[in-house]
Amino acid sequence: MKIHRLLIANRGEIAARIIRACQQLGIETVLAASDADLYSVPAKLADKTVRLGPSAPAQSYLDVERVLVVAREARAQAIHPGYGFLAENARLARACREAGITFIGPDENALAAAGDKLQAREHAIAAGLPVAPGAPVADADDALDVAKKIGFPILIKAVGGGGGRGMKAVREPTEMKHQVELAAAEAEAAFSDPRLYVERYVERGRHIEVQILGDGCGDVAHLGTRDCSIQRRYQKLVEEAPAPLLDETLRSALHEAAVSFGKRLAYRSAGTVEFLVDDDRRTFYFLEMNARIQVEHPVTEAITGLDLIAEQIAIAEGEGLRLAHTDVDFSGHAIECRINAEDPVQDFRPSPGTVTRVELPVGPGMRVDTHIEAGVSVPPFYDSLLAKIIAHGKDRAEALARMKAALASARIEGITTNLPVHAALMSDGAFAAGGVHTTYFPGFLEDYLKRLSGLRAALGGA
Amino acid sequence: MELTPEEIAEIQRLLETSPYDELTIERAGRHLTLRRAEGGGWIREVQTFSEPSFVSPVAPKPAERDVPASVPAGARARTGLVDICPPLPGAFYRAPKPGAEPFVEVGSWVSEETVIGIIETMKLMNPVPARVQGEIFEICAANGEQVDTAHVLMRVKPKKGERG
Repeated sequence: MKIHRLLIANRGEIAARIIRACQQLGIETVLAASDADLYSVPAKLADKTVRLGPSAPAQSYLDVERVLVVAREARAQAIHPGYGFLAENARLARACREAGITFIGPDENALAAAGDKLQAREHAIAAGLPVAPGAPVADADDALDVAKKIGFPILIKAVGGGGGRGMKAVREPTEMKHQVELAAAEAEAAFSDPRLYVERYVERGRHIEVQILGDGCGDVAHLGTRDCSIQRRYQKLVEEAPAPLLDETLRSALHEAAVSFGKRLAYRSAGTVEFLVDDDRRTFYFLEMNARIQVEHPVTEAITGLDLIAEQIAIAEGEGLRLAHTDVDFSGHAIECRINAEDPVQDFRPSPGTVTRVELPVGPGMRVDTHIEAGVSVPPFYDSLLAKIIAHGKDRAEALARMKAALASARIEGITTNLPVHAALMSDGAFAAGGVHTTYFPGFLEDYLKRLSGLRAALGGA
Repeated sequence: MELTPEEIAEIQRLLETSPYDELTIERAGRHLTLRRAEGGGWIREVQTFSEPSFVSPVAPKPAERDVPASVPAGARARTGLVDICPPLPGAFYRAPKPGAEPFVEVGSWVSEETVIGIIETMKLMNPVPARVQGEIFEICAANGEQVDTAHVLMRVKPKKGERG
């Protein structure tokens, strides 16, 4: 069924991104906006805007019933949920199906299977994917028993969701009780689900993921790897595609594992299978599946030439996969920097406010996905992502050189951003060499902040 | 219709070989300015002038620099009392989690480091320290209220010797 009018139940850069894809496809867009976003740039770009609710996410972007009400009011045939908010909410997917509205994403069963991390782990095992040794735990004693079998350090994880919430590393038996209690409280607060499980903690790993597309009938294609090892407190800051300096046998094994997992769920739409890669030992473990379009999808688009939002829409319209594996033509290398409204010097404290000036790079291989321009206000209610700068080159060195030049010319004024951290990172020798572990960035950051405060002291500043 | 990244790059390529330093394109309520950057390369600036088209009527756009709802911005501290204001705008919470006991009540004794509440900004929880020693005299902001940095959250009667 051809979609003529689509409701976007999201905000920020991804809303602007979906609007652009729809404009090219000739689909009319209706933006569901909270009070804080009624006059945002995406609201101005969309064909129509409908008020979703108050600014607080719980009463707008996270309210399943309100989203359905405004979808009917707008006479939308389909809902694109973007990422975050309700993107992986099985209840919204089911409600859409019952209301005869097309949900642009996986079906409710796949969402439920991917959302429950223990279920996802079981599916991974059934699909033949390696998982880190571990087990569900009811309490600290349970966790100690599991830790004795698999050895310290271990990682406590929440069954109900990811994103670092409810996640705690434990190195000593004496820390267990405290950390299990903390993790359960965090998981309860974040996911209304205090269930936990424990896995072996692989410290020197790389976070590598594989983009897949599925038609919902068992046909699944992969679109290559992304390396997301640059993270602060489990939040990704820089992503690149393909994962650099990766053993080709290992890369093929990752592709194959992601496709097997997608087939196991008869996955529909765009999704990402995340792995922890131990490239010293040439092994990998399944981490989780993100059943949505991801923030970092542009790096995959850059190297494949595909529009993943357009592919999601085509799959939702019943066109299936428009590409066979052999059709995917990988070209060059791409890097993405997430520019956030946060102050690196003040422990990355959020920096909401009014943006007074926005100058962003253009040129060969450059792409910027953003919803900000001079005069817009960045509200305190939502996440801090302002813009994604994406540089594509014929190889990693060219992509990196373009990113450096781009960051040097970018200006965002009125609020504080993490632009300088990205500029410093791109010039760091270890990052430039490629293939760093997840432990690298926190160390880099510590050094960077030390150098910065040294410089400020030398200049006589505070 | 918005220009694609490819179209913008193509325009910039054409400009590269031209003698011009700046180009502004006007399209359907949007200005796109391409300019040579100071350190080489090109940058773009965008201004969107079109207004949203609402499915059904909504409240008009609020005036810039909205005055906060509860305690007026810049309200003068009462004589002898010290105001506690949030370090950044966001939602104010008086307890560590829903249903838990509030951090402090009227009459609680606090020191500089005592956490009197939490401000949730951009999905992050930021503790609010009292920054003064004394007794909580008045609680001015409600649990869950949206506040900005000019809001007075609480007023403290400082310990003798502290300056108000």
